[in-house]
Amino acid sequence: MLENEDWDIKITAQNSIFDLKLRDVWHYRDLLLLLVRRDFVSFYKQTILGPIWFFIQPAITIVLYTLVFGNLAGIPVDGLPKPLFYLAGIIIWNYFSECLTKTATVFRDNSALLGKVYFPRLIMPLSIVLSNLIRFGVQFLLFMILYVIYLFKGTTIVPNAFLLLLPLLLVMIAALGLGLGMIISAVTTKYRDLAFIVSFGVPLLMYTTTVIFPLSVAEAKYPAYSWLVKFNPITAIIETFRYGFMGRGSFSWELMGYSLASTIVILLLGTIIFNRVEKTFVDTV
Amino acid sequence: MSTVIKVENLSKAYQLGDFGTGTISRDMERYWARLRGKEDPLLKVGETNDRTTKGQSDVVWSLRDINFDVEQGDAIGIIGRNGAGKSTLLKILSRVTSPTTGSVKVKGRIASLLEVGTGFHPELTGRENIFLNGAILGMRKAEIKRKFDEIVDFSGVERYIDTPVKRYSSGMYVRLAFAVAAHLESEIMIVDEVLAVGDAEFQKKCLGKMGDVSQGEGRTVLFVSHNMGAVQKLCNKGILLNNGQIAFNGSCKDTVYHYAQNGVKTDADFLNRISYSSDKVKINNILFNNGPINSLVLNPENNFSFEIKIDLSLKTDTPIDIECRFLDRDSNPVAFFSPGHHDGVKIQNKGEASLTYKITFPGNLNKVDLDMNLYLTYPGVEIYAFCEKALTIEYTGYSMTSGHVFEYEKGAGLIFLPPN
Repeated sequence: MLENEDWDIKITAQNSIFDLKLRDVWHYRDLLLLLVRRDFVSFYKQTILGPIWFFIQPAITIVLYTLVFGNLAGIPVDGLPKPLFYLAGIIIWNYFSECLTKTATVFRDNSALLGKVYFPRLIMPLSIVLSNLIRFGVQFLLFMILYVIYLFKGTTIVPNAFLLLLPLLLVMIAALGLGLGMIISAVTTKYRDLAFIVSFGVPLLMYTTTVIFPLSVAEAKYPAYSWLVKFNPITAIIETFRYGFMGRGSFSWELMGYSLASTIVILLLGTIIFNRVEKTFVDTV
Repeated sequence: MSTVIKVENLSKAYQLGDFGTGTISRDMERYWARLRGKEDPLLKVGETNDRTTKGQSDVVWSLRDINFDVEQGDAIGIIGRNGAGKSTLLKILSRVTSPTTGSVKVKGRIASLLEVGTGFHPELTGRENIFLNGAILGMRKAEIKRKFDEIVDFSGVERYIDTPVKRYSSGMYVRLAFAVAAHLESEIMIVDEVLAVGDAEFQKKCLGKMGDVSQGEGRTVLFVSHNMGAVQKLCNKGILLNNGQIAFNGSCKDTVYHYAQNGVKTDADFLNRISYSSDKVKINNILFNNGPINSLVLNPENNFSFEIKIDLSLKTDTPIDIECRFLDRDSNPVAFFSPGHHDGVKIQNKGEASLTYKITFPGNLNKVDLDMNLYLTYPGVEIYAFCEKALTIEYTGYSMTSGHVFEYEKGAGLIFLPPN
């Protein structure tokens, strides 16, 4: 008779790989928001400038890039204003790399919390993605301010309908960062080597996307190696973003399609692996 | 009454030692075995979880084939010595880690309190942390808002509620954290020894609150503690774990009795604590009730008596006997046992020897906790060896028809004089 009863929770060694407990995640949605708030608030507690710090980092980076890559090295930027060109790449890359690196160490960074209380583990990476989305939002504001300034100065930037793809682009960046991060996090709970690779590998990876150079330059200068740049799914995202907002650069359905497909594969793979690891990581982390 | 938790064949294996060299090749080995449908080579060696003995394999079963049911409204005390598997069981029940084999089925929400203040962020204020901590424990925001005043009131830190918790004293921190947890609305509560913190007044408040939860509100509580008093006060049933297996499962009183009777195993260096003032004698082993224990309960069930057995090696023929001095918690002597003084000294022949005595306390003492200091002496002449606190005793006290028990430390004195 007992077998026929409904049990709310069943704890067993393994559950099916696609059981993401999304109902649980939904129940804990308040926690998700509170965690995001915690990240945001604790970031600028006891600082004088507060949220302005979100601006300072990308602002200094664009000055630096303009000086070094733009003027010193003289890498062409598709005829766009250099700060705008770099900022577009930087904010997208920042969003991706923050999602990736934070998710990659999520188990290790939160082991004290995760080892003591149950909540759907997926909440933690999701909160990382959301927190960084807010940071992206703030930095995007900086981009828009600069954008409007250049528009009024009469620079030739032509927005077009492709900028409506922005929400899709954001979802793709988040999914890529989350997916890759989850794959890495699964391995780093036991073998920490990968964490070291991530910490110096991700900044290097930036040079295989079009953050500091346009795709056209890569194709012209290194025709044999430009596949490497196209291979990085972030490239299509940055190129589409620049094309949509400023009308320069390149957009191809092929490249976007490839990027979208790899995003889906990575996200699926990441979720499955994460789901397997979350049950026992406490014992090995 | 319906079953709300059903634990079936639950086992959990841990890998001992350091992760690092060899783990990748080990993992490959395990993966290969699984692919071929063979048993995991690392789990083959079934060893019990006894931390004092050194095993051959580096896999240990922290829990092995645990089966039990919990009925709605039960308050279950889970007891056992350190490393018996209590925390592992709670971790599995609260879904922090998953079992190696077996299953647990649960009806209703589980709130687990394995630690107070989980997820408190030092930079956030008390108010913000109440919300964050509540959400971590599974409460909805509206629920926390509704109970906010009650929580603050219970914690008694109202004045500091808008101060970052990093400025709190550790006591205030714990008060706030427990207050949040105590107001969880879940059908099942799992509590690890969180009451070990906070001042006495607050501990009492927490125990009271937990009592309300289980008795008043009909919720189910699982409580792990070394504090037998708290366990007996709160729980109606008990589970005694030993080496990852259930040693006893029954009413709370019986379980605590069983635990006390089998005692707490002595620390490994127990015998090293003995100080010798003569090299004629060497103590090889001390057993109480035939067990390597150092704490027990004296109650009507065992006629307030216990057995002591000492194995010795003697260099020469020696006049030797034991003396036991029983002290209260303030080290005042309250009783003395010395068969040598009573019956005259016996001479033990050189070589191995063994002294066995049954010590019986009178049944009309008030409830008292005693420490026993053990001496090996030539009674009245020389002390050969001395062991401080060889045994701690909980004497349950003369219980009268009315059910009253008087306590030595609460002014009733040592002896209760029943009318003839």
